[in-house]
Amino acid sequence: MAKTITTNELAKKVVNHEETLILDVRNTDEFDNWKIEGGKVEVINEPYFNLLEGIEPVEGKFNKDQEVIVVCAKGGSSEFVADLLEESGYSNLYSLEGGMKAWSEHLEPVKIGDLKDGGSLYQFVRLGKGCLSYFIESNGEAAVVDVNRMIENYEGFAAENGVKIKHTLDTHLHADHISGGRQLAEKAGATYHLPPKDAEEVTFDYSPLEEGNYITVGNTTITVQPIYSPGHTIGSTSLIIDNQFLLTGDILFVKSIGRPDLAGKAEDWVGDLRNTLYSRYKELSENLIVLPAHYSFAEELGNDGSVSARLGDLYNKNEGLQVEDENAFRKMVTENLPPQPNAYQEIRETNMGKVNPENEKQREMETGPNRCAVQG
Amino acid sequence: MDVTKILDAKGLACPMPIVKTKKAMNDLNSGDVLEVQATDKGAKSDLAAWAKSGGHELLKDTEEDDVLKFWIKKG
Repeated sequence: MAKTITTNELAKKVVNHEETLILDVRNTDEFDNWKIEGGKVEVINEPYFNLLEGIEPVEGKFNKDQEVIVVCAKGGSSEFVADLLEESGYSNLYSLEGGMKAWSEHLEPVKIGDLKDGGSLYQFVRLGKGCLSYFIESNGEAAVVDVNRMIENYEGFAAENGVKIKHTLDTHLHADHISGGRQLAEKAGATYHLPPKDAEEVTFDYSPLEEGNYITVGNTTITVQPIYSPGHTIGSTSLIIDNQFLLTGDILFVKSIGRPDLAGKAEDWVGDLRNTLYSRYKELSENLIVLPAHYSFAEELGNDGSVSARLGDLYNKNEGLQVEDENAFRKMVTENLPPQPNAYQEIRETNMGKVNPENEKQREMETGPNRCAVQG
Repeated sequence: MDVTKILDAKGLACPMPIVKTKKAMNDLNSGDVLEVQATDKGAKSDLAAWAKSGGHELLKDTEEDDVLKFWIKKG
């Protein structure tokens, strides 16, 4: 029987930049749509059904004693293939437990920095989907931003660090993943904040996240200052934390910018998006560290596995910020857009509280990459 | 449709629906039609890809009450 590896162990290899060889045995369409990336990961694709008659299709692609992690959709076929390879004399195989489905749910906490008056900011990297959420802790209290559905990760982290979650926030109504913000707030006795312009159709109570409001975390002066920054959704709101960090939601990423079409309003919102990126953010300090809600490319992961960049640097490097001509910008963000995220309409309705799919259905809705960006 | 054989792969997880389909196909003649019933959602794209790579033809597929049905003509 082949050995298994957990998503937790694999995530450590990715963020630590260890050489990792993956044999992905899903069918090629699924592989092309979405795969494990980052660090020093190398991936080979060979669908499991091509190996039923013999392992020739992968022979010679790796050595018999080389460490290979076999991956499939849910963990069944990878185990099957790993066993087949073992029977043929390969000795260092691991099957990823739970497959891509479990990989999509793994969150890896990475510390971003200290806050001036005590406390820290952590980024939770969802390696399998490219979602980034944030945990701000100070003096026994915490706020969590753009919470993912797997809220036990944040609950566990809060318990380990001896802090109580007082606030959960969504920078906007998400279309690529199911928010855990409301559920985490309910369980922790915290307040759930959402931009009111994105909440017009929601079926639950929330605290409006509005420009000019301050949310204090702990007894120190860590304040979350929301800035209204429409474009990806009409209510999109950015947060400045401790005058050091700019949480941009899905407006500005490290290598790209947000797409304005996921609520069907690309034409209406492109002007807002441009105004936010080309005027509003320019008025902010260029020393702010940009912390987005997503990343799209493995190369956006830094040496410690986190995703961040100085705002001033992005104005020099991010291609989405270099388009002087307004019509060219309009064309870039409304034409030739990448495919939309899996089940994005249903995900939006779930995040509004209009539908409440069972857990297994929610997991399925979230498979695949986030696809929230357009490339410059 | 003229179905030669029905394979019940309901309740089986990947890779078993394909493993069993492949085995059932081996016993059929070219032109015969195999009906496969499965409940694993992953079977849908895998069966389509497998049929194509094996030179078989996926004639039709349906989904009703969480049961996926496929009709595959042996190549």
